[in-house]
Amino acid sequence: MSLGRTHEIHKRRFGRNLGVGLILVGFIAIIFGLTVVKVTRGDYEPVRASVSESN
Amino acid sequence: MTDASIQQAGFDGEAQFGDYFALLKPRVMTLVVFTALVGLLAAPGAVHPFVAFCAILFIAVGGGASGALNMWWDADIDAVMTRTRRRPIPSGRVTGDEALAIGLFLSGFSVVFLGLATNWVAGGLLAFTIFFYVAIYTMWLKRWTPQNIVIGGAAGAFPPMIGWAAATGGISVESVLMFCLTFMWTPPHFWALALFMRKDYDHAGVPMLTVTHGRRSTRNHILVYTLLLAALAIATAFTSVGGPIYLVVALVLNVLFVKGAVDIWRRDEDASEADNFKAEKAFFKLSLLYLFAHFGAILIEAALTRLGFAGLGLGVWA
Repeated sequence: MSLGRTHEIHKRRFGRNLGVGLILVGFIAIIFGLTVVKVTRGDYEPVRASVSESN
Repeated sequence: MTDASIQQAGFDGEAQFGDYFALLKPRVMTLVVFTALVGLLAAPGAVHPFVAFCAILFIAVGGGASGALNMWWDADIDAVMTRTRRRPIPSGRVTGDEALAIGLFLSGFSVVFLGLATNWVAGGLLAFTIFFYVAIYTMWLKRWTPQNIVIGGAAGAFPPMIGWAAATGGISVESVLMFCLTFMWTPPHFWALALFMRKDYDHAGVPMLTVTHGRRSTRNHILVYTLLLAALAIATAFTSVGGPIYLVVALVLNVLFVKGAVDIWRRDEDASEADNFKAEKAFFKLSLLYLFAHFGAILIEAALTRLGFAGLGLGVWA
């Protein structure tokens, strides 16, 4: 038996599903934003000084 | 019994998103968010606005996680207290296992991401705060000693230190002062609540001061702690997080707060019951304004300092 698109569970759990969906979208936005900030700020620059010294 | 009736029985009272959110104690979270924000903004140095936003969000999530774990452990107490019996677990909308899983997941999530977003001093402080609130206060002190509120209040006092650490990567005198402000404020705040919610704690068997040492002793304790708090709060005005605006706010509010504590101290039970604990309820409401106004004043002083108005020309703060 297939789960119809209009199954009762979709209505009943709409609020929960919407909440979880929004949290996931927010989580992605936060990770993306933090990555942009940290990369543009140079937090994750490779340690070049030691490389050039060894050369 | 048909399938439909079985389903109907199971679906009644099914948890909605708001019930899971309620596990995080959103009202307590506002205090955590505000004091952490003040700690972060009052700290020297600049934090990227997005990193600051994330730091406050992760601190709030960590505070919420400890709230969920508190509700998981205290479900038996919550069920018999009028103030808490409509919470998600005692009302049957959320199971204890769900609260435990959410609390543990969000604890780990918030600590790791605060550490990654800012630094591991802040992450470590948040982890310690969650541990202190759940293990030390909820599991141990709350059911064991009438000093539960005094020592356990430390958990609620850590957020400004975490905010400060998120900005600076360390701990300083200023952040400890902000910790002390909330730490000293917590006992009179909760003892006033215990005075007018007295039957709740009696029924739950929680060893609040009102239950173990009596209500006269609780009134004495409120006065003593309020006087100590007032001295600390006013002295903070003469430190680097204080200033003239903070001093004015602190003087006004502490005069009102001490007056409220004296009113409570001078009353007996007959007088309190005659007007349905009017003075105790007024003191409790004032205590909420008290903390927000003090941290608000610290925030204003920090903003003025950043704008170049430090001390407003008064020698003490120059």
